[in-house]
Amino acid sequence: MNNRDFLLLMLAMGAVTYLPRALPLVLFSRRTLPGWFAEWLELIPVAILSALIAPTLFSQPTPRLFVLGKVELLAALPTLFCALKTRSLAGTVITGMLCYWGLTLVM
Amino acid sequence: MPESIYKINKRFVQAGLAAAWPICLGYFPIGLSLGVMAQKAGLAPWQMGAMSLLVFAGGSQFIAVAMLAAGASAVAIISTVFMVNLRHLLMSSALAVHFPGVSRRFLTLFAYGLTDESFAVNLTRFNQGGWDRRSALTLNHAANATWVFSSIIGVYVGQLVPPGAVGVDYALTGMFICLLVFQLRGPIFTVTALMAAACSLLAYLWLPGNAYVIVAACLSATAGLILKRILRSRERHP
Repeated sequence: MNNRDFLLLMLAMGAVTYLPRALPLVLFSRRTLPGWFAEWLELIPVAILSALIAPTLFSQPTPRLFVLGKVELLAALPTLFCALKTRSLAGTVITGMLCYWGLTLVM
Repeated sequence: MPESIYKINKRFVQAGLAAAWPICLGYFPIGLSLGVMAQKAGLAPWQMGAMSLLVFAGGSQFIAVAMLAAGASAVAIISTVFMVNLRHLLMSSALAVHFPGVSRRFLTLFAYGLTDESFAVNLTRFNQGGWDRRSALTLNHAANATWVFSSIIGVYVGQLVPPGAVGVDYALTGMFICLLVFQLRGPIFTVTALMAAACSLLAYLWLPGNAYVIVAACLSATAGLILKRILRSRERHP
């Protein structure tokens, strides 16, 4: 792939990423949302984050299979505990990384 | 660029930077490992920089680099990136209530830096109160600068970093676990999170592609809302 094609590809990737980020902000910040929609949106963050994490902890890719007891899941327990106790993002990330690293070394 | 955006109160910038540093710390190793992967896929430093600057979406960039390395078609890459990042539609919608009547120009700049992490931290701060939108903008762009910088550095140091060093592969997961905990603001939120996890796992196993996040988020938020409404009407009419 030459440089021009690469840049065009990046611009297209940027555009399809940017539009979903910008359109709702621009459209919804100028009007009052119906109550049910506002309440639904309140639950979206927690749902998204949980949906992002679950497959990492409980499954393997290619082929997609349910797996229990992955290193990712074991490391998630002290990470979760750290998040609940300290409520520190940096501390939790570092705890998670070190636990995961330690577990991959011994397992 | 209009001057009004740049005449930002120093205090708001500092507050934004103070809130951004955990994200930056989390981004740095991830950006670095993306750069390492890009270097192995044959990307030049400027190509990595262009991608991080134009796209700025972690997960989809890893996928895009892997697809580039595998020789996937441009159409396949673009549509995959679009699907993976479609979840921002929901985050952008959820943030909109905190920007009533704010200028299009500001929102245009702010939307660029909307990621899972900046979304979760900004939303938490807005909910806590006293969070200025200029601080939110600063946070987004500090995170972006870290991302661009670390991914380019990753290409240069690619060979020097052994795979899996100090658990770098787990930074993203650790960050999401913590941000999830920040969002557990009551029983309905916890129930929604559990439903989303189960739903996402099933969708991941049964549906091809990356639709599982949007499917699980929409279904579980809807179920959570119905549950909340049922509980509320029971309180009113016991």
